Amino acid sequence: MSGSTILEVTDLTKAYGNHQVLSGVSLTLQAGEVVALIGASGSGKSTLLRCVNLLETPSGGTIRFQGDVVDWRRRPGLLRGYGHLTGLRTRIGMVFQQYNLWPHLTVLQNVIEGPIRVKRLGRHEAEARAESLLGRVGLIEKRHEYPSRLSGGQQQRVAIVRALAMEPQLMLFDEVTSALDPELVGEVLALMASLARDGMTMLVATHEIAFARDVSHRTIFLDSGRIAEEGPSKTMLAAPSELRTQQFLKRVLHHDLTTEASRT
Amino acid sequence: MSLDLIERAVRWWASVEAYIPGFLGAAWLAFQITLVIIALTWAFGLLAALGKISPYWWLRWPAGFYVWFIRGTPTLIQVFLFYFGLPQLGVRLSPFTAGALALGINGGAYVAEIIRGGLLAIPKGQMESALAIGLTPLQAMTRIILPQVFRIILPPLTNEAATTLKNTSLLSTITIMELTLHTQLAIAATYRPFDFYIIAAILYLIMTTALTQLAAWLERRYRVAY
Repeated sequence: MSGSTILEVTDLTKAYGNHQVLSGVSLTLQAGEVVALIGASGSGKSTLLRCVNLLETPSGGTIRFQGDVVDWRRRPGLLRGYGHLTGLRTRIGMVFQQYNLWPHLTVLQNVIEGPIRVKRLGRHEAEARAESLLGRVGLIEKRHEYPSRLSGGQQQRVAIVRALAMEPQLMLFDEVTSALDPELVGEVLALMASLARDGMTMLVATHEIAFARDVSHRTIFLDSGRIAEEGPSKTMLAAPSELRTQQFLKRVLHHDLTTEASRT
Repeated sequence: MSLDLIERAVRWWASVEAYIPGFLGAAWLAFQITLVIIALTWAFGLLAALGKISPYWWLRWPAGFYVWFIRGTPTLIQVFLFYFGLPQLGVRLSPFTAGALALGINGGAYVAEIIRGGLLAIPKGQMESALAIGLTPLQAMTRIILPQVFRIILPPLTNEAATTLKNTSLLSTITIMELTLHTQLAIAATYRPFDFYIIAAILYLIMTTALTQLAAWLERRYRVAY
Protein backbone atom coordinates (compact mmCIF):
# COMPACT_ATOMS: atom_id res chain seq x y z
CA MET A 1 0.00 0.00 0.00
CA SER A 2 1.46 3.28 -1.08
CA GLY A 3 -0.59 5.29 1.37
CA SER A 4 -2.28 7.84 -0.88
CA THR A 5 -6.01 8.08 -0.36
CA ILE A 6 -8.16 7.00 -3.31
CA LEU A 7 -11.64 7.25 -1.87
CA GLU A 8 -12.94 9.09 1.14
CA VAL A 9 -16.63 8.86 1.94
CA THR A 10 -17.90 10.93 4.83
CA ASP A 11 -21.31 10.64 6.46
CA LEU A 12 -23.00 9.42 3.28
CA THR A 13 -26.78 9.16 3.42
CA LYS A 14 -29.30 7.95 0.87
CA ALA A 15 -33.06 7.82 1.20
CA TYR A 16 -35.79 6.87 -1.25
CA GLY A 17 -38.72 8.89 0.01
CA ASN A 18 -39.15 7.82 3.61
CA HIS A 19 -37.01 4.75 3.22
CA GLN A 20 -33.54 5.41 4.61
CA VAL A 21 -31.05 3.08 2.89
CA LEU A 22 -27.78 4.65 4.06
CA SER A 23 -27.67 6.47 7.39
CA GLY A 24 -24.29 8.13 7.56
CA VAL A 25 -21.58 5.86 6.21
CA SER A 26 -17.93 6.90 6.31
CA LEU A 27 -15.04 4.95 4.89
CA THR A 28 -11.61 5.52 3.40
CA LEU A 29 -9.72 3.47 0.84
CA GLN A 30 -5.97 3.81 0.41
CA ALA A 31 -4.33 3.03 -2.90
CA GLY A 32 -3.96 -0.71 -3.32
CA GLU A 33 -6.35 -1.49 -0.53
CA VAL A 34 -9.03 -4.14 -0.90
CA VAL A 35 -12.08 -3.63 1.30
CA ALA A 36 -14.92 -6.13 1.55
CA LEU A 37 -18.44 -4.94 2.26
CA ILE A 38 -20.58 -7.58 3.89
CA GLY A 39 -24.09 -7.47 5.23
CA ALA A 40 -27.54 -8.87 4.61
CA SER A 41 -29.53 -8.09 1.46
CA GLY A 42 -30.96 -4.61 1.84
CA SER A 43 -28.24 -3.48 4.24
CA GLY A 44 -27.13 -0.84 1.73
CA LYS A 45 -24.03 -2.46 0.17
CA SER A 46 -25.16 -1.95 -3.43
CA THR A 47 -26.48 1.54 -2.76
CA LEU A 48 -23.16 2.53 -1.22
CA LEU A 49 -21.24 1.31 -4.28
CA ARG A 50 -23.67 2.98 -6.67
CA CYS A 51 -23.39 6.29 -4.84
CA VAL A 52 -19.62 6.24 -5.28
CA ASN A 53 -19.85 6.41 -9.10
CA LEU A 54 -23.10 8.37 -8.96
CA LEU A 55 -25.33 5.76 -10.54
CA GLU A 56 -27.39 6.83 -7.54
CA THR A 57 -27.43 10.41 -6.33
CA PRO A 58 -26.67 10.54 -2.59
CA SER A 59 -29.03 12.38 -0.26
CA GLY A 60 -26.22 13.82 1.81
CA GLY A 61 -22.59 13.52 2.76
CA THR A 62 -19.26 14.04 1.06
CA ILE A 63 -17.37 11.88 -1.42
CA ARG A 64 -13.78 12.60 -2.28
CA PHE A 65 -12.14 10.67 -5.07
CA GLN A 66 -8.38 11.03 -5.48
CA GLY A 67 -8.54 14.17 -3.40
CA ASP A 68 -11.26 15.90 -5.43
CA VAL A 69 -14.70 16.45 -3.98
CA VAL A 70 -17.28 14.67 -6.10
CA ASP A 71 -19.94 17.25 -6.81
CA TRP A 72 -23.00 15.03 -6.69
CA ARG A 73 -25.33 18.01 -6.33
CA ARG A 74 -24.53 19.21 -9.85
CA ARG A 75 -27.33 17.85 -12.03
CA PRO A 76 -26.49 17.35 -15.70
CA GLY A 77 -28.70 18.88 -18.37
CA LEU A 78 -30.56 17.06 -21.10
CA LEU A 79 -27.59 16.60 -23.42
CA ARG A 80 -24.78 18.53 -21.74
CA GLY A 81 -23.11 18.76 -18.39
CA TYR A 82 -21.88 15.17 -18.18
CA GLY A 83 -18.19 16.07 -18.05
CA HIS A 84 -17.81 15.56 -14.30
CA LEU A 85 -19.75 12.29 -14.39
CA THR A 86 -17.77 10.93 -17.32
CA GLY A 87 -14.51 11.99 -15.71
CA LEU A 88 -15.41 10.22 -12.47
CA ARG A 89 -16.76 7.06 -14.07
CA THR A 90 -13.79 6.76 -16.39
CA ARG A 91 -11.58 6.39 -13.31
CA ILE A 92 -13.92 4.06 -11.42
CA GLY A 93 -14.68 0.63 -12.83
CA MET A 94 -17.82 -1.20 -11.82
CA VAL A 95 -18.82 -4.83 -12.16
CA PHE A 96 -22.42 -5.91 -11.62
CA GLN A 97 -24.17 -8.96 -10.28
CA GLN A 98 -25.87 -9.65 -13.63
CA TYR A 99 -22.69 -8.97 -15.71
CA ASN A 100 -24.65 -6.53 -17.91
CA LEU A 101 -22.58 -7.24 -20.98
CA TRP A 102 -24.07 -5.76 -24.13
CA PRO A 103 -25.56 -8.75 -25.97
CA HIS A 104 -25.49 -7.21 -29.46
CA LEU A 105 -21.72 -6.67 -29.33
CA THR A 106 -18.98 -9.28 -29.39
CA VAL A 107 -16.65 -9.74 -26.44
CA LEU A 108 -14.02 -7.55 -28.08
CA GLN A 109 -16.56 -4.88 -29.03
CA ASN A 110 -17.83 -4.85 -25.43
CA VAL A 111 -14.32 -4.21 -24.16
CA ILE A 112 -13.27 -1.51 -26.65
CA GLU A 113 -16.52 0.50 -26.55
CA GLY A 114 -15.51 2.59 -23.54
CA PRO A 115 -11.88 3.19 -24.54
CA ILE A 116 -12.94 4.28 -28.04
CA ARG A 117 -16.05 6.35 -27.21
CA VAL A 118 -15.04 7.77 -23.85
CA LYS A 119 -11.25 7.85 -23.86
CA ARG A 120 -11.05 8.52 -27.61
CA LEU A 121 -8.47 5.79 -28.14
CA GLY A 122 -7.74 4.70 -31.69
CA ARG A 123 -9.38 1.44 -32.70
CA HIS A 124 -6.05 -0.34 -33.18
CA GLU A 125 -4.70 0.64 -29.83
CA ALA A 126 -7.98 -0.14 -28.07
CA GLU A 127 -8.10 -3.58 -29.66
CA ALA A 128 -4.49 -4.33 -28.85
CA ARG A 129 -5.04 -3.43 -25.19
CA ALA A 130 -8.31 -5.33 -25.05
CA GLU A 131 -6.70 -8.42 -26.51
CA SER A 132 -3.84 -8.33 -24.05
CA LEU A 133 -6.33 -8.06 -21.17
CA LEU A 134 -8.48 -10.86 -22.60
CA GLY A 135 -5.34 -12.94 -22.96
CA ARG A 136 -4.53 -12.33 -19.32
CA VAL A 137 -7.89 -13.75 -18.20
CA GLY A 138 -7.73 -16.64 -20.66
CA LEU A 139 -10.53 -15.48 -22.94
CA ILE A 140 -8.61 -14.38 -26.01
CA GLU A 141 -10.11 -17.14 -28.18
CA LYS A 142 -13.61 -15.90 -27.26
CA ARG A 143 -13.03 -12.35 -28.50
CA HIS A 144 -15.29 -12.64 -31.53
CA GLU A 145 -18.07 -14.51 -29.73
CA TYR A 146 -21.28 -12.89 -28.55
CA PRO A 147 -21.85 -12.90 -24.76
CA SER A 148 -24.73 -15.38 -25.01
CA ARG A 149 -22.25 -18.02 -26.17
CA LEU A 150 -20.22 -17.70 -22.97
CA SER A 151 -20.75 -19.28 -19.56
CA GLY A 152 -21.74 -17.02 -16.68
CA GLY A 153 -18.21 -17.11 -15.29
CA GLN A 154 -16.73 -16.18 -18.65
CA GLN A 155 -19.24 -13.36 -19.05
CA GLN A 156 -18.37 -11.99 -15.65
CA ARG A 157 -14.65 -12.13 -16.45
CA VAL A 158 -15.35 -10.21 -19.66
CA ALA A 159 -17.30 -7.66 -17.61
CA ILE A 160 -14.26 -7.26 -15.35
CA VAL A 161 -12.01 -6.84 -18.39
CA ARG A 162 -14.42 -4.28 -19.83
CA ALA A 163 -14.06 -2.23 -16.65
CA LEU A 164 -10.27 -2.72 -16.52
CA ALA A 165 -9.91 -1.54 -20.13
CA MET A 166 -10.70 1.98 -18.90
CA GLU A 167 -7.64 1.75 -16.63
CA PRO A 168 -9.57 2.70 -13.49
CA GLN A 169 -8.02 3.80 -10.20
CA LEU A 170 -10.74 2.04 -8.23
CA MET A 171 -12.87 -1.02 -8.93
CA LEU A 172 -16.33 -1.54 -7.46
CA PHE A 173 -17.66 -5.09 -7.33
CA ASP A 174 -21.37 -5.46 -6.63
CA GLU A 175 -22.02 -9.08 -5.59
CA VAL A 176 -20.40 -10.25 -8.78
CA THR A 177 -20.61 -13.96 -7.99
CA SER A 178 -24.17 -14.05 -6.66
CA ALA A 179 -25.78 -14.84 -10.00
CA LEU A 180 -23.26 -17.52 -10.92
CA ASP A 181 -23.65 -21.27 -10.77
CA PRO A 182 -21.60 -22.52 -7.79
CA GLU A 183 -19.00 -24.23 -9.97
CA LEU A 184 -18.30 -20.96 -11.83
CA VAL A 185 -17.72 -18.79 -8.77
CA GLY A 186 -14.10 -19.86 -8.35
CA GLU A 187 -12.79 -18.56 -11.68
CA VAL A 188 -14.23 -15.09 -11.02
CA LEU A 189 -12.93 -14.92 -7.45
CA ALA A 190 -9.51 -16.09 -8.65
CA LEU A 191 -9.40 -13.22 -11.17
CA MET A 192 -10.37 -10.74 -8.46
CA ALA A 193 -7.70 -12.13 -6.15
CA SER A 194 -5.08 -11.70 -8.87
CA LEU A 195 -6.20 -8.10 -9.39
CA ALA A 196 -5.83 -7.54 -5.66
CA ARG A 197 -2.31 -8.96 -5.75
CA ASP A 198 -1.47 -6.59 -8.60
CA GLY A 199 -2.33 -3.68 -6.35
CA MET A 200 -5.75 -2.67 -7.65
CA THR A 201 -7.81 -0.65 -5.19
CA MET A 202 -11.07 -2.53 -4.73
CA LEU A 203 -14.35 -2.10 -2.88
CA VAL A 204 -16.12 -5.43 -2.95
CA ALA A 205 -19.69 -6.05 -1.85
CA THR A 206 -19.87 -9.79 -1.36
CA HIS A 207 -21.46 -12.74 0.36
CA GLU A 208 -18.27 -14.77 -0.09
CA ILE A 209 -16.89 -14.65 3.44
CA ALA A 210 -13.91 -16.81 2.50
CA PHE A 211 -12.97 -14.31 -0.19
CA ALA A 212 -13.32 -11.43 2.24
CA ARG A 213 -11.12 -13.25 4.76
CA ASP A 214 -8.41 -14.40 2.35
CA VAL A 215 -8.19 -11.52 -0.14
CA SER A 216 -9.46 -8.30 1.42
CA HIS A 217 -7.37 -6.25 3.83
CA ARG A 218 -10.31 -4.85 5.69
CA THR A 219 -13.92 -5.88 6.08
CA ILE A 220 -16.85 -3.58 6.74
CA PHE A 221 -20.09 -5.02 8.06
CA LEU A 222 -23.11 -2.95 7.05
CA ASP A 223 -26.31 -3.31 8.99
CA SER A 224 -29.43 -1.26 8.11
CA GLY A 225 -27.44 1.40 6.32
CA ARG A 226 -24.83 1.85 9.05
CA ILE A 227 -21.36 0.46 9.58
CA ALA A 228 -21.86 -1.91 12.48
CA GLU A 229 -18.30 -3.15 12.60
CA GLU A 230 -15.11 -2.90 10.64
CA GLY A 231 -11.59 -4.11 11.00
CA PRO A 232 -8.76 -6.13 9.48
CA SER A 233 -10.49 -8.98 7.67
CA LYS A 234 -8.67 -11.88 9.26
CA THR A 235 -9.20 -10.86 12.85
CA MET A 236 -12.67 -9.41 12.42
CA LEU A 237 -14.09 -12.37 10.53
CA ALA A 238 -12.49 -14.86 12.87
CA ALA A 239 -13.65 -13.10 16.02
CA PRO A 240 -16.23 -10.38 15.43
CA SER A 241 -16.86 -8.25 18.48
CA GLU A 242 -20.40 -7.10 17.67
CA LEU A 243 -23.32 -9.41 18.32
CA ARG A 244 -24.98 -8.49 15.02
CA THR A 245 -21.83 -9.37 13.10
CA GLN A 246 -21.60 -12.68 14.90
CA GLN A 247 -25.22 -13.50 14.07
CA PHE A 248 -24.82 -12.49 10.46
CA LEU A 249 -21.64 -14.52 10.00
CA LYS A 250 -23.25 -17.51 11.64
CA ARG A 251 -26.12 -17.36 9.16
CA VAL A 252 -23.95 -16.97 6.02
CA LEU A 253 -21.35 -19.48 7.10
CA HIS A 254 -24.02 -22.00 7.92
CA HIS A 255 -25.46 -21.36 4.47
CA ASP A 256 -22.00 -21.85 2.98
CA LEU A 257 -21.62 -25.18 4.71
CA THR A 258 -24.99 -26.44 3.52
CA THR A 259 -24.36 -25.41 -0.08
CA GLU A 260 -20.90 -26.95 0.20
CA ALA A 261 -22.53 -30.18 1.35
CA SER A 262 -25.13 -30.11 -1.41
CA ARG A 263 -22.41 -29.63 -4.02
CA THR A 264 -20.78 -32.95 -3.18
CA MET B 1 -65.92 -24.70 -72.14
CA SER B 2 -62.38 -24.20 -70.88
CA LEU B 3 -61.42 -22.73 -74.22
CA ASP B 4 -64.18 -20.22 -73.72
CA LEU B 5 -62.79 -19.28 -70.29
CA ILE B 6 -59.29 -18.81 -71.67
CA GLU B 7 -60.63 -16.74 -74.53
CA ARG B 8 -62.51 -14.51 -72.11
CA ALA B 9 -59.42 -14.09 -69.94
CA VAL B 10 -57.33 -13.14 -72.94
CA ARG B 11 -59.93 -10.67 -74.08
CA TRP B 12 -60.11 -9.20 -70.54
CA TRP B 13 -56.35 -8.79 -70.39
CA ALA B 14 -56.33 -7.12 -73.80
CA SER B 15 -58.91 -4.66 -72.53
CA VAL B 16 -56.91 -3.65 -69.43
CA GLU B 17 -53.38 -4.06 -70.74
CA ALA B 18 -53.16 -0.49 -71.96
CA TYR B 19 -53.93 0.80 -68.46
CA ILE B 20 -51.27 -1.29 -66.69
CA PRO B 21 -48.28 1.07 -67.16
CA GLY B 22 -50.34 3.91 -65.70
CA PHE B 23 -51.22 1.78 -62.70
CA LEU B 24 -47.61 0.71 -62.22
CA GLY B 25 -46.50 4.34 -62.31
CA ALA B 26 -49.10 5.27 -59.69
CA ALA B 27 -48.09 2.32 -57.51
CA TRP B 28 -44.44 3.33 -57.75
CA LEU B 29 -45.34 6.85 -56.68
CA ALA B 30 -47.30 5.47 -53.71
CA PHE B 31 -44.28 3.37 -52.78
CA GLN B 32 -41.89 6.31 -52.94
CA ILE B 33 -44.21 8.47 -50.85
CA THR B 34 -44.42 5.60 -48.37
CA LEU B 35 -40.63 5.47 -47.97
CA VAL B 36 -40.52 9.19 -47.18
CA ILE B 37 -43.35 8.82 -44.68
CA ILE B 38 -41.77 5.78 -43.01
CA ALA B 39 -38.63 7.81 -42.39
CA LEU B 40 -40.79 10.54 -40.84
CA THR B 41 -42.70 8.07 -38.64
CA TRP B 42 -39.42 6.71 -37.26
CA ALA B 43 -38.09 10.19 -36.54
CA PHE B 44 -41.29 11.41 -34.86
CA GLY B 45 -41.75 8.06 -33.13
CA LEU B 46 -38.23 8.03 -31.68
CA LEU B 47 -38.52 11.60 -30.40
CA ALA B 48 -41.92 10.93 -28.85
CA ALA B 49 -40.80 7.64 -27.28
CA LEU B 50 -37.72 9.25 -25.73
CA GLY B 51 -39.93 12.13 -24.61
CA LYS B 52 -42.38 9.79 -22.94
CA ILE B 53 -39.68 8.02 -20.89
CA SER B 54 -37.78 11.23 -20.17
CA PRO B 55 -37.29 12.36 -16.56
CA TYR B 56 -38.36 15.87 -17.61
CA TRP B 57 -42.06 16.68 -17.42
CA TRP B 58 -41.71 19.32 -20.14
CA LEU B 59 -40.75 16.55 -22.55
CA ARG B 60 -43.07 13.89 -21.16
CA TRP B 61 -46.25 15.98 -21.36
CA PRO B 62 -46.01 17.11 -24.98
CA ALA B 63 -45.01 13.59 -26.06
CA GLY B 64 -47.95 12.12 -24.17
CA PHE B 65 -50.36 14.66 -25.64
CA TYR B 66 -49.07 13.99 -29.15
CA VAL B 67 -49.59 10.23 -28.93
CA TRP B 68 -52.97 10.64 -27.23
CA PHE B 69 -54.26 13.15 -29.79
CA ILE B 70 -53.09 11.26 -32.86
CA ARG B 71 -54.26 7.84 -31.74
CA GLY B 72 -57.62 9.22 -30.68
CA THR B 73 -58.56 10.99 -33.91
CA PRO B 74 -59.24 9.65 -37.43
CA THR B 75 -56.31 9.67 -39.82
CA LEU B 76 -58.44 11.23 -42.56
CA ILE B 77 -59.31 14.18 -40.30
CA GLN B 78 -55.60 14.68 -39.62
CA VAL B 79 -54.83 14.71 -43.35
CA PHE B 80 -57.62 17.24 -43.97
CA LEU B 81 -56.39 19.33 -41.05
CA PHE B 82 -52.98 19.66 -42.68
CA TYR B 83 -54.14 20.22 -46.26
CA PHE B 84 -57.41 22.12 -45.90
CA GLY B 85 -57.12 23.39 -42.32
CA LEU B 86 -53.67 24.95 -42.14
CA PRO B 87 -54.19 27.40 -45.06
CA GLN B 88 -56.81 29.13 -42.91
CA LEU B 89 -53.97 29.90 -40.48
CA GLY B 90 -51.86 31.14 -43.36
CA VAL B 91 -49.77 27.97 -43.67
CA ARG B 92 -50.10 26.76 -47.24
CA LEU B 93 -48.45 23.42 -47.88
CA SER B 94 -48.20 21.54 -51.16
CA PRO B 95 -50.36 18.42 -51.30
CA PHE B 96 -47.27 16.26 -51.02
CA THR B 97 -45.81 18.13 -48.03
CA ALA B 98 -49.14 18.25 -46.22
CA GLY B 99 -49.84 14.58 -46.91
CA ALA B 100 -46.38 13.34 -45.97
CA LEU B 101 -46.36 15.41 -42.77
CA ALA B 102 -49.86 14.32 -41.76
CA LEU B 103 -49.18 10.63 -42.29
CA GLY B 104 -45.67 10.90 -40.86
CA ILE B 105 -46.97 12.50 -37.69
CA ASN B 106 -49.82 10.00 -37.61
CA GLY B 107 -47.60 6.92 -37.93
CA GLY B 108 -45.08 8.46 -35.54
CA ALA B 109 -47.55 8.20 -32.67
CA TYR B 110 -47.93 4.47 -33.25
CA VAL B 111 -44.19 3.98 -33.78
CA ALA B 112 -43.60 5.87 -30.52
CA GLU B 113 -45.58 3.28 -28.59
CA ILE B 114 -43.72 0.46 -30.35
CA ILE B 115 -40.33 1.98 -29.51
CA ARG B 116 -41.38 2.71 -25.95
CA GLY B 117 -42.38 -0.92 -25.52
CA GLY B 118 -38.99 -1.97 -26.91
CA LEU B 119 -37.15 0.39 -24.58
CA LEU B 120 -39.00 -1.03 -21.57
CA ALA B 121 -37.99 -4.54 -22.64
CA ILE B 122 -34.28 -3.77 -22.27
CA PRO B 123 -33.01 -4.62 -18.77
CA LYS B 124 -32.09 -1.58 -16.64
CA GLY B 125 -28.60 -2.97 -16.20
CA GLN B 126 -27.79 -2.29 -19.85
CA MET B 127 -28.08 1.46 -19.37
CA GLU B 128 -26.30 1.27 -16.01
CA SER B 129 -23.28 -0.58 -17.32
CA ALA B 130 -23.07 1.88 -20.21
CA LEU B 131 -23.15 4.85 -17.84
CA ALA B 132 -20.69 3.18 -15.45
CA ILE B 133 -18.16 2.90 -18.30
CA GLY B 134 -18.47 6.66 -18.78
CA LEU B 135 -20.75 6.88 -21.81
CA THR B 136 -23.15 9.82 -21.77
CA PRO B 137 -26.87 8.97 -21.74
CA LEU B 138 -27.05 9.95 -25.42
CA GLN B 139 -24.13 7.68 -26.32
CA ALA B 140 -25.61 4.88 -24.22
CA MET B 141 -28.90 5.26 -26.11
CA THR B 142 -27.45 5.32 -29.60
CA ARG B 143 -24.69 2.74 -29.08
CA ILE B 144 -26.11 0.30 -26.53
CA ILE B 145 -29.86 0.59 -26.06
CA LEU B 146 -31.41 1.47 -29.44
CA PRO B 147 -29.53 -1.20 -31.46
CA GLN B 148 -31.04 -3.78 -29.11
CA VAL B 149 -34.46 -2.15 -29.26
CA PHE B 150 -34.40 -2.17 -33.05
CA ARG B 151 -34.00 -5.95 -33.15
CA ILE B 152 -36.94 -6.45 -30.81
CA ILE B 153 -39.33 -4.09 -32.54
CA LEU B 154 -38.60 -5.00 -36.16
CA PRO B 155 -41.77 -7.14 -36.54
CA PRO B 156 -44.25 -4.57 -35.18
CA LEU B 157 -42.35 -1.85 -37.00
CA THR B 158 -42.94 -3.75 -40.24
CA ASN B 159 -46.66 -3.96 -39.56
CA GLU B 160 -46.67 -0.22 -39.03
CA ALA B 161 -44.83 0.31 -42.33
CA ALA B 162 -47.47 -1.74 -44.12
CA THR B 163 -50.18 0.35 -42.47
CA THR B 164 -48.40 3.48 -43.63
CA LEU B 165 -48.37 2.17 -47.18
CA LYS B 166 -52.08 1.46 -47.07
CA ASN B 167 -52.75 4.86 -45.47
CA THR B 168 -51.26 6.59 -48.52
CA SER B 169 -54.54 5.80 -50.29
CA LEU B 170 -56.05 8.52 -48.07
CA LEU B 171 -53.87 11.01 -49.94
CA SER B 172 -56.13 10.49 -52.97
CA THR B 173 -58.47 12.91 -51.19
CA ILE B 174 -55.95 15.74 -51.36
CA THR B 175 -55.20 15.49 -55.09
CA ILE B 176 -52.07 13.33 -54.93
CA MET B 177 -52.07 11.06 -57.98
CA GLU B 178 -51.08 7.95 -56.09
CA LEU B 179 -52.55 4.54 -56.80
CA THR B 180 -56.02 5.06 -55.37
CA LEU B 181 -56.74 8.38 -57.08
CA HIS B 182 -55.31 7.01 -60.32
CA THR B 183 -57.68 4.06 -60.02
CA GLN B 184 -60.68 6.27 -59.40
CA LEU B 185 -59.89 8.38 -62.45
CA ALA B 186 -59.46 5.28 -64.61
CA ILE B 187 -62.85 4.02 -63.38
CA ALA B 188 -64.50 7.35 -64.05
CA ALA B 189 -63.24 7.18 -67.66
CA THR B 190 -64.17 3.55 -68.33
CA TYR B 191 -66.76 2.63 -65.72
CA ARG B 192 -65.09 -0.66 -64.86
CA PRO B 193 -64.88 -0.43 -61.02
CA PHE B 194 -64.43 -4.14 -60.31
CA ASP B 195 -61.56 -4.62 -62.78
CA PHE B 196 -59.63 -1.60 -61.67
CA TYR B 197 -60.17 -1.86 -57.90
CA ILE B 198 -58.97 -5.47 -58.11
CA ILE B 199 -55.86 -4.37 -60.00
CA ALA B 200 -55.21 -1.67 -57.39
CA ALA B 201 -55.70 -4.15 -54.55
CA ILE B 202 -53.25 -6.59 -56.13
CA LEU B 203 -50.66 -3.85 -56.54
CA TYR B 204 -51.03 -2.82 -52.86
CA LEU B 205 -50.70 -6.47 -51.91
CA ILE B 206 -47.48 -6.84 -53.87
CA MET B 207 -46.01 -3.78 -52.18
CA THR B 208 -46.99 -4.73 -48.60
CA THR B 209 -45.62 -8.21 -49.24
CA ALA B 210 -42.35 -6.72 -50.46
CA LEU B 211 -42.12 -4.71 -47.23
CA THR B 212 -42.77 -7.68 -44.96
CA GLN B 213 -40.30 -9.81 -46.92
CA LEU B 214 -37.65 -7.13 -46.53
CA ALA B 215 -38.29 -7.07 -42.79
CA ALA B 216 -38.17 -10.87 -42.55
CA TRP B 217 -34.80 -10.77 -44.29
CA LEU B 218 -33.52 -8.10 -41.90
CA GLU B 219 -34.75 -10.11 -38.94
CA ARG B 220 -32.90 -13.22 -40.11
CA ARG B 221 -29.77 -11.18 -40.67
CA TYR B 222 -29.74 -9.63 -37.21
CA ARG B 223 -30.82 -12.79 -35.43
CA VAL B 224 -27.35 -14.25 -36.08
CA ALA B 225 -26.06 -12.29 -33.11
CA TYR B 226 -28.10 -13.85 -30.34
